Amino acid sequence: MIAHRPGPLRVVVYEGAGSLPLEASMRTSLFAALLDRGYAVTRAGPASADQVEGATLVVLGRFAGVPPEVTAKSGDRVEVCDVTGKSCDEAVELVERVRGETPMNRPGGVPADTWKPWFPVIDPVRCTNCMQCLSFCLFDVYGVSVDHTIRVENPSNCKVNCPACSRVCPEVAIMFPKYHAGPIDGAPVSETDVGREKMKVDISALLGGDIYARLRERSADAKTRFSRERSSDAALAERRRCLTKMADAAAIPREVLDALPSAEEIQRRSAEAAKRAQEAFAAFQEASLRNSPSAP
Amino acid sequence: MLPASTHNLPSSNEPRILYCRCAFAQTIPDDVKQRVLEGLSESDQPFEAVADLCEMAARRDPHLIELAKGNRPLKIAACWPRAVKGLFHLGDAPLPESGVEIINMRTLSAEEVLAAIAAPMPHIHPTQSAEAKQ
Repeated sequence: MIAHRPGPLRVVVYEGAGSLPLEASMRTSLFAALLDRGYAVTRAGPASADQVEGATLVVLGRFAGVPPEVTAKSGDRVEVCDVTGKSCDEAVELVERVRGETPMNRPGGVPADTWKPWFPVIDPVRCTNCMQCLSFCLFDVYGVSVDHTIRVENPSNCKVNCPACSRVCPEVAIMFPKYHAGPIDGAPVSETDVGREKMKVDISALLGGDIYARLRERSADAKTRFSRERSSDAALAERRRCLTKMADAAAIPREVLDALPSAEEIQRRSAEAAKRAQEAFAAFQEASLRNSPSAP
Repeated sequence: MLPASTHNLPSSNEPRILYCRCAFAQTIPDDVKQRVLEGLSESDQPFEAVADLCEMAARRDPHLIELAKGNRPLKIAACWPRAVKGLFHLGDAPLPESGVEIINMRTLSAEEVLAAIAAPMPHIHPTQSAEAKQ
């Protein structure tokens, strides 16, 4: 699961006592090159040199051959690299060498490493824990936290470029920060947006309870037609036509709908998701009542 | 721990600066994020830079918790304030109610972002954001 790879190391560009400062242009290039390879980089002041437990810290600086003494916490690894006289590319190469074979998420890297951080982000201020998203999603993206509130449990299960669950949220509380337009990208929500999103929920209901229920019906129709006509081309064409309609209604990329499992499997997952959502909503209501000031 | 720097010691009220590169997608205009990085690099201020807050939130990077806590105010140059708050929340590192200013590189110019970073935090109020400036 690519999304849950740990960050392999952090880089500190150190220009304090015992080190010569980098030129601004070299600093910019070095930061840009490291960030574009997926690293977190700190320009160090003394207060920012603490590190995450168990992490590897790479300290870059122009130490003129006399690297500073660095005390690492137990279990931590600190590598000090002198970049005196080195170019930006050579400094980056030093960091890559320290990382070695440890895998990491890479922006625009080789195909195996490429991952677009696409997943729902819940606005905790707007969310009412109605659990509609939990009920809607067939890919186990959502879960419930110990305090019975909705939680994005498995972000990497989300289908890239599909913002469909944000369309069924009656409170416009689901964001996809990499989306191209508001309010799904996180832009402020207006009253018009709330109305529009509610309308979309109603459209979804008109389509037959939910978008997946409609899909099941369409699949069943297509199946019947397939057996009647015995033409895979006709069935495929019909499926495409129906999916295009639904994709337009809920902004679901067609690849996502094409990749859905069999109608039976969809039915099973829908029932499972609905049951989980009902239980979670009941538990949340109960907890809210218990914690309300008027509770006995 | 590294030896103390002699020239860029932050004072206790000086905000920490966090810059998000949004490296995994092109949602922040390239020229804005590049010019903001140049501005930060040319200044004397220490700062934190991350490749992509979304990517960190997805893997619940413990570094987010470290960034969210801390005794000094925090200025975050990234994306829509609502999204940034949601990402920290997702990463189990909710941002504090006060002492955080989120500057939106998606809608502001590089000059506006750098001016907001350089400006003193007027008062510590429930999460200040550059949203109000738009």
